[in-house]
Amino acid sequence: MDMKVAKKLGLKERYNLMTRDLDWEPSYQAKEAIYPFLEYEGIKIHDWSKFEDPFRLTMDAYWKYQAEKERKLYAILDAFNQSNGHLGVTDARYINNLKLFLTGVTPLEYMAHRGFAHVGRQLAGAGPRVACLMQSLDEIRHAQTQIHSMSNYNKYYNGFQNWRHQHDRVWYLSVPKSFFDDAVTSGPFEFMVAIGFAFEYVLTNLLFVPFISGAAYNGDMGAMAFGFSAQSDESRHMTLGLEMIKFLLEQDPANVPIVQRWLDKWFWRGYRVLTLVAMMQDYMLPKRVMSWKEAWEIYAEQNGGALFADLARYGIKPPAGWVQACKDKDHLSHQAWAVFYNYGAAAPFHTWTPSAEEMDWLSSKYPDTFDKYYRPRYEHWAEQAKEGNRFYNGTLPMLCTTCQIPMFFTEPDDPTKICYRESDYKGDKYHFCSDGCKDIFDHEPEKYIQSWLPVHQIYQGNCFGPDADPTSPDFNPLMEVLKWYKLEFGQDNLDYEGSPDKKNFEAWRAQATKN
Amino acid sequence: MSNVFIAFQKNEETRSIIEAILADNPNATVDDQPGMVRIDAPNTMTIKRETVEEVMGRRFNLQELHINLITLTGHIDETDDEFTLSWKH
Ligand SMILES: [Fe+2]
Ligand SMILES: [Fe+2]
Repeated sequence: MDMKVAKKLGLKERYNLMTRDLDWEPSYQAKEAIYPFLEYEGIKIHDWSKFEDPFRLTMDAYWKYQAEKERKLYAILDAFNQSNGHLGVTDARYINNLKLFLTGVTPLEYMAHRGFAHVGRQLAGAGPRVACLMQSLDEIRHAQTQIHSMSNYNKYYNGFQNWRHQHDRVWYLSVPKSFFDDAVTSGPFEFMVAIGFAFEYVLTNLLFVPFISGAAYNGDMGAMAFGFSAQSDESRHMTLGLEMIKFLLEQDPANVPIVQRWLDKWFWRGYRVLTLVAMMQDYMLPKRVMSWKEAWEIYAEQNGGALFADLARYGIKPPAGWVQACKDKDHLSHQAWAVFYNYGAAAPFHTWTPSAEEMDWLSSKYPDTFDKYYRPRYEHWAEQAKEGNRFYNGTLPMLCTTCQIPMFFTEPDDPTKICYRESDYKGDKYHFCSDGCKDIFDHEPEKYIQSWLPVHQIYQGNCFGPDADPTSPDFNPLMEVLKWYKLEFGQDNLDYEGSPDKKNFEAWRAQATKN
Repeated sequence: MSNVFIAFQKNEETRSIIEAILADNPNATVDDQPGMVRIDAPNTMTIKRETVEEVMGRRFNLQELHINLITLTGHIDETDDEFTLSWKH
């Protein structure tokens, strides 16, 4: 007698059955009507079945492993909060990293959720649709877990309370916000190259790995837990980005120049956003895992280098701004922190000058630049502060129309000269921080002339509350803008020295370590 | 030739996974960082289910890697028995 033993299906067969096999050919609707956004970007796809998720993750397995990640994460968060874990961080300066993260990055997670939900709906292949659906769910999980875990800090520290309100208004938060708004308003293929590839594959390691490792190093188990939990989804996101790029390049040679332009644009957009991370790593972590420069060398130069060497077979070149970004690694964090120190009254987190010991660390990590260009500046400010003249810049900076960062970056080959670029368009002049940002504008001026530039908006009178009266003799524009930001003056802003955060942390820590 | 790498959260499960990787990939090197471990290898790296099971002392599904993964680089090829990263085509 024949005995038929049902063989367990292999991974590849299971993946095929649970993704592509569930797809169908439409019979009473035209494909173009179902997927209306697939052609206007100029990308040509001939065979969607060529896209495959190499992880071969199916929806049922996805739920199972995501549930396990959530259980682990919330167990750690509960334990951390229950034992007042926030008092175990190196010192309360560290907590300012979380304020920057919650106001600047968490809202992007939510936008990523929306972006992948939209693109997942629009792509005509079952493989990328399922992968985008998973990523969309991951991203909303990231937003939620970050809000949950940082809500505990909000019980004790200032500057967290109006994070969502501030994301849409505060000057430097328009940098990450406009980056993502730019991505979600492009076509589905550009979005995949922008976020799936350029951001997730080329740059995300620079955001998450040193940040989370830094959280672990500074005793913040809460941020470490949400960070690593989010990052466990990241390998899948990176893989989706890489597979998508290979798929586009293999489908039609006409796709190559389009993809190259997107790579040039989105590498530069993403790199500019990472300016905030560079200063976080070098200046805001009381204990530092590695310098921005070292992280750049490992995650951009080595890994990115390997990646672009691999993509060369399609005719893809490293992004246009690559060489300049590699030159800037010696300067980026120092210039950025100096600007935030200047504008320490206008941001809902604290700033400070590095201690003597921290400056020595910076000298050792940046032997060619820190002592020569930046130490004198920080020492001067520290001295002034000691004499009671802590410097706060009361004027507003000029912003780059593309990246929206204040124009503080220097010329690629002259760190003593601010870099200015400009373009004329329809009778107006537009200003840029770099060749990279100017090129992006020049290619799509109609998009970027719509930028909501915070400084322009303040000068146009669009950033005051309804009860502000600019005609009154004691009208103070800065204070009115801060009110509109819902920033509590003297509590959320100004130097770390003398802040309620510092005072409270020291008092609570003393209670925690003595009777 | 470029390196591939993979990074895991540092915990009891990944201790066994890392031990298995080092046993199966003699060229791999370990970089121990706060909260995480990163393993680099020239050109290619393979994780074998059987070796992980041997070290762990229990059944192991390679998709469980997702729970503790932090980041990786290279092209992926995954079956029920092996998970490979490489820059080969
Ligand atoms: Fe995310
Ligand atoms: Fe710019």
